[in-house]
Amino acid sequence: MADNAAVAGNGNYVDFYNYKGKYSGIAGWLLSVDHKRIGLMYLYSMVTFFLIGMTLGFFMRLELWSTGQDIMGPQTYNALFTLHGIIMIFLVIIPGIPAGFGNFFLPIQIGAEDVSFPKLNLTSWYLYTIGGLMAVVSLFVGGGPIDTGWTFYAPYSIRTGTEVILPLLAAFILGFSSILTGLNFVTTVHRLRAPGMSFFKMPLFVWSLYSTAWIQIIGTPVIGITIILVMLERAFGIGVFDPALGGDPILFQHLFWIYSHPAVYIMILPAMGVVSEIIPTFCRKTIFGYGAIAMSSLAIAFVGTLVWGHHMFTSGMSDEARWIYSFLTFIVALPSGVKIFNWVATMHKASIKPETPFLFVMAFIFLFSIGGLTGLVLGSLATDVHLHDTYFVVAHFHYVMFGGTIFIFFAGLHYWFPKMFGRMYNSKIANTALALMVVGFNMLYFTFFILGYLGMPRRYYDYLPEFQDLHRFATVGSWVMILGIIIMIVNLIVALRKGDKAPANPWGGMTLEWTVPSPPPLTNFTKIPTVKYGPYEYEHYEEVVNNEH
Amino acid sequence: MSTNATHTAAESHDAHVHVHRDDYGAKMGMWLFLFTELLLFGGLFILYMAYRVEYIQQFQIAAKELKVYMGGVNTIILLTSSLTMVLSIVALQRKNVQASIFWLVTTIVFALGFMVVKYFEWSDKFHHGIYPKGPGLMDKSQGEIIFFGLYYTMTGLHGLHVIIGVGLLTAMLIQIKRNKVRPDRFVPLENAGLYWHLVDLIWIFLFPLFYLLH
Repeated sequence: MADNAAVAGNGNYVDFYNYKGKYSGIAGWLLSVDHKRIGLMYLYSMVTFFLIGMTLGFFMRLELWSTGQDIMGPQTYNALFTLHGIIMIFLVIIPGIPAGFGNFFLPIQIGAEDVSFPKLNLTSWYLYTIGGLMAVVSLFVGGGPIDTGWTFYAPYSIRTGTEVILPLLAAFILGFSSILTGLNFVTTVHRLRAPGMSFFKMPLFVWSLYSTAWIQIIGTPVIGITIILVMLERAFGIGVFDPALGGDPILFQHLFWIYSHPAVYIMILPAMGVVSEIIPTFCRKTIFGYGAIAMSSLAIAFVGTLVWGHHMFTSGMSDEARWIYSFLTFIVALPSGVKIFNWVATMHKASIKPETPFLFVMAFIFLFSIGGLTGLVLGSLATDVHLHDTYFVVAHFHYVMFGGTIFIFFAGLHYWFPKMFGRMYNSKIANTALALMVVGFNMLYFTFFILGYLGMPRRYYDYLPEFQDLHRFATVGSWVMILGIIIMIVNLIVALRKGDKAPANPWGGMTLEWTVPSPPPLTNFTKIPTVKYGPYEYEHYEEVVNNEH
Repeated sequence: MSTNATHTAAESHDAHVHVHRDDYGAKMGMWLFLFTELLLFGGLFILYMAYRVEYIQQFQIAAKELKVYMGGVNTIILLTSSLTMVLSIVALQRKNVQASIFWLVTTIVFALGFMVVKYFEWSDKFHHGIYPKGPGLMDKSQGEIIFFGLYYTMTGLHGLHVIIGVGLLTAMLIQIKRNKVRPDRFVPLENAGLYWHLVDLIWIFLFPLFYLLH
């Protein structure tokens, strides 16, 4: 392929930043159907929303510095935790890895020029943006910021005087965006794989996105209809969730969790896919148990749709239903365990290069294991009754979602940063930032486990005096963690402007994105590659990587 | 191969946007979308089932309020419109553009007819105060209130889909006139047809659940 090497190797190509299309400047981004530009637009939006959500969290911790009212009253606090939840879940974590990194790397990793429906892809981004803006606008109209918590439980969401319909409409639109991305990805994986790339030669990130896309398709419509029903209930009083008219609010909880439990797998599966990419690259070794990891994604996607009842152990269900949900919940732990063991087994006797992305993954495995194991505590009926609606739940949730998904979001940012932006960052500063984040994280959220165990209920702006020391310790932890996050982001921004130029393959990865230049050209490949080997077969490293596309 | 390598970026970009065409993929995307639509209505069918079990007798009383002949006429209209939709697609595949347009317009007329019947049906109910929080409904039992809550939600959401379908079919009509959808590129029309059949299919379940079970 000598004729191709000339194009890719020496910079004799136009990368997707400098490509001049029909539109230029900002319109060249806002009207672009290029999956890489759309992916980056998602990433920028998400980092912005993440910082907003983080700021809300910061103020919540500040309010909890001492007993009584410190900087805000109860109503403001209720609005803050609701917004923190809505922003972090619907605008950051759910779209996070699939819409951001997935858009950018899914087509490249399967050897395609773009997704199946590029225009639909841009539409999804607009829906996402409109949904995000509506959520923000809803703070300033009607009865003021919504205070129901991100779960919108009926009948309170029907009765509260705050503005509920607009944020719900925002969530509906975000769900629609998520569905369209999901069906786009499923079709892309089925239709646009490069010649030779069978399903079992796909990178594990693609497998995880594929499983995620199916959950998005199966789960999201159910929350869509649930949201519509709450809106209709508020607007017209149709009665289905209103006990005064004969409706049953428990049914709302069922419908809500039918989506929202699978949604936590929408949040975590792509992160697991990123881990499965990073570990072999920095171990320079085939991943242990490729098939088991790929299938465990599908198993999680499937079993994950059957366990929603474990959110409702104290809501009023028959004992039979409760122990069945509890049992199924334990079953989900198995495929997650399969993944963890395979990742650790991959590192066995590997020549590990402990670069920044790999260290993030190490932090993830530590934090996620704590989050996963405490999930089993909550999945057991007897202990859940004690811990339900306490800080223990909050701690568990942040260990899996923040320590899991967001840490891997950052890991992916550091792993793919050179590929996306063509620049290298200062890894010493990045590692320092990571250390601060891990220390602050554990100070903050491990304290929550203890607080919850002692009986501190969630969503309260005030607490009993005996909890004050622990709350203060957690608040100090939040400062350390935020400091780490700020250092990390500043480091990346500096790298964007002043970083060294990145080579095509700085880490020695073997998946297809490392065979194209950094940043990639507009259509990714000058010639669609033919795939001969699995994604992590390092014995063929030279042949795959030197065979430039 | 060397020609590939010497492609300028602009050429490959054009290729990338305009030439790439995957009829099978387009249909696959549509089927996945229809699947999400089924699940959207699925949530409502679950609610219907749960409340029907809870309020079995009151549901039977409430169902007697609905006029079977109106629902029946609408069922016939929708089923026939599915047939005309298929005739439109087949005509286009057989390169008979005029016939395709004719059947497409017929389908749109049927869809509008459905909405007209629906309008009279709903206004009759409104006239008797039978609407959420309406005076005629609040006198009734809780089961009947829920029945009509579900009736308005489910047939309303279905009606919204009919209206979206009219928009979609009209868009197809324009596309055919502009020769964007044509005998060698009929997948958009086929996809619109798939959507229209879904609208029909959901009505086939709504009709017996609300009108016939009493």
